[in-house]
Amino acid sequence: MANADTTVRGPARRWVLPERFRGVGQTYGALIALLLLVLFNLLFTKNFLTEQTLYVNLTQVATVVIVATGMTLVIATGGIDLSVGSLMAIAGALAPIIFLSHIPPLENPLVGNTLAFIIPVLVAGVFGLFNGTLVTRFQIQPIIATLVLFIAGRGIAQVVTNGNLQPFTNPGFQYIGLGRPLGVPLQVVLMLVIVALFAWIMRVTIFGRYVLAVGGNESAARLAGVPVNFVKLAVYGISGLLSGIAGLIVIARNASSDANLVGLDMELDAIAAVAVGGTPLTGGRATVVGTLLGALIIQLIRYTLLVHGVPDAAARLVKAAIILLAVYIQRQRRS
Amino acid sequence: MATVPASTSAPGVRQATTWARAASLLQRQGVLIALALLVLFGALRYENFLSPYNISTVLRYNSMFGLIALGMAFVIMTGGIDLSVGSVAALASVVAALMSPYGLLPGVLVPVLVGMLVGLTNGVIITKLNILPFIVTLAMLLAARGLALIFANNTSVGVSYVTDFTYFGQGDLFGVPIPAIVLFAAYLIGSVVLSLTRFGRHVLAVGGNEEASRLMGLPVDRTKIAVYTLSGALAGLAGVILAAQFGAGQPTEGLGWELSAIASVVVGGTLLTGGMGSVGATLAGVLLLGLIFNILNFENGRGSISLSAYWQSVIRGSFLLIVVLLQNRLTRRDRR
Repeated sequence: MANADTTVRGPARRWVLPERFRGVGQTYGALIALLLLVLFNLLFTKNFLTEQTLYVNLTQVATVVIVATGMTLVIATGGIDLSVGSLMAIAGALAPIIFLSHIPPLENPLVGNTLAFIIPVLVAGVFGLFNGTLVTRFQIQPIIATLVLFIAGRGIAQVVTNGNLQPFTNPGFQYIGLGRPLGVPLQVVLMLVIVALFAWIMRVTIFGRYVLAVGGNESAARLAGVPVNFVKLAVYGISGLLSGIAGLIVIARNASSDANLVGLDMELDAIAAVAVGGTPLTGGRATVVGTLLGALIIQLIRYTLLVHGVPDAAARLVKAAIILLAVYIQRQRRS
Repeated sequence: MATVPASTSAPGVRQATTWARAASLLQRQGVLIALALLVLFGALRYENFLSPYNISTVLRYNSMFGLIALGMAFVIMTGGIDLSVGSVAALASVVAALMSPYGLLPGVLVPVLVGMLVGLTNGVIITKLNILPFIVTLAMLLAARGLALIFANNTSVGVSYVTDFTYFGQGDLFGVPIPAIVLFAAYLIGSVVLSLTRFGRHVLAVGGNEEASRLMGLPVDRTKIAVYTLSGALAGLAGVILAAQFGAGQPTEGLGWELSAIASVVVGGTLLTGGMGSVGATLAGVLLLGLIFNILNFENGRGSISLSAYWQSVIRGSFLLIVVLLQNRLTRRDRR
């Protein structure tokens, strides 16, 4: 940014201003792309401006956004979490076991369903803490540490269910995937609440500052008194919890749990959403709202192509190009 | 404390160096020792474990993973990563099936060329546009899968049995499966290239310290482009074997192969930070993870226990965990 020097005098302010512009620009870059996509669809896609189209797209993207929010935090600390899809499968495998079981207290729908929400999510969270422990206590690179559960996690879910499909009908439990309070799908509400919560956490709280500090310069953060290990442990734990919630939504929507399929390829979708949204993979900066926009952009491009008769296989090529383009543009802006 | 001087006396020092030597031996040869122990376990416990049939089955099947892991090892040694290999193998298997009616040579060479081209594209984007390898190869994972589905028209493509194409996956030469010969030849060439050629030195130098390599005038970009091209070519070769072995080009095969390959490389003792690594140990890592499945089958065959096939990923994951924890301990002790 050549004109930055002409407007500021002090060395302190020279860094503050572009930083702010950059942060805003990053979010707006994704936003502008999204608006252009919407505009294109308004002009060229029939029946685009309907409630149904809106909710079809939002429900398809809800689980990706929820997982990608946790991924954003992990990536902001300079890490990565490959295990999210497997953790979704574990949560998805546990819930039906709980509400379908014949142990007396669980047979009460209220107790059974409540526990079927809480326990799987907590278990996924504990597995997330396991990732975090490997990264902090044993100082294993995040990509390898989470690779362990990427491989073993789905196996655990398959072993627990013996690889069988678990079909079920349970309106109480399935409310998380099928419910529509005030006509809005509950999973969309959940997605927005989670995004808002973590956007707030990252922007306002000390924890949010710590996350960025750890990703920006870990040893400096440590010297400055940031509880580095706690922060890292927490982000992997959060990523696990959010994966667990996403896993429950998927099985509720499908009215069945298939450990072989729940959350398959989710790590790639989530990382793509984070990258397109403007969070650099090197850590130190993050935008949760950007991640939401990134996921929406990817989804809307896919929808647009499919609606206009482009086959799914070709849509993947476009998705690949978009990811590269988005990251390339952001890289330019940084330098 | 009064005991401090005592610990610096001669026996203490000798003990420390003995331990350090043992640790470094374990770190370098650990995977070979583990592989030897696993083979010994299998040989003693199961009657047909060392039968020619079992050995060729294991080698035939794991040759694909071995080739991919070899390319991955080179990429990782430069400090990079290649997530596209599984999709590239799927793409190559489709291309191989489409080329198989024209004979063995086109059926092998064209897919390998396609793989090279994909790898070359990866390398050029990574170096010239300066985007992280993780992102570039992630995008290529999607793109290659898309291309595979387009070429295959969304279904698996049968190979031609009129030509001798399937020989490449199912045939034997002097009783040794062709894929195993390809695998060993690739690793032999790979280890010669790494330890004896200038290119091998460059790979390790770039991974060790890219900035210093650049300042020393090493061809950093060319080296990186070369390793991604190599990785693509080897993934292409794995795709050919996939098609020839199972009689079909499979556009949806190869899911998660990239991560299994990374696991094998890590089990083989190559650090993900680049700058060091061993080709032979990578092969041992591949065989180690592959043998787990084989041993699980034998164990089930004995009938005393019955573990479903799903246990293999749990066991593989635990294995990766143990290896990584051990390596971590050993390298930390080394540094002290």
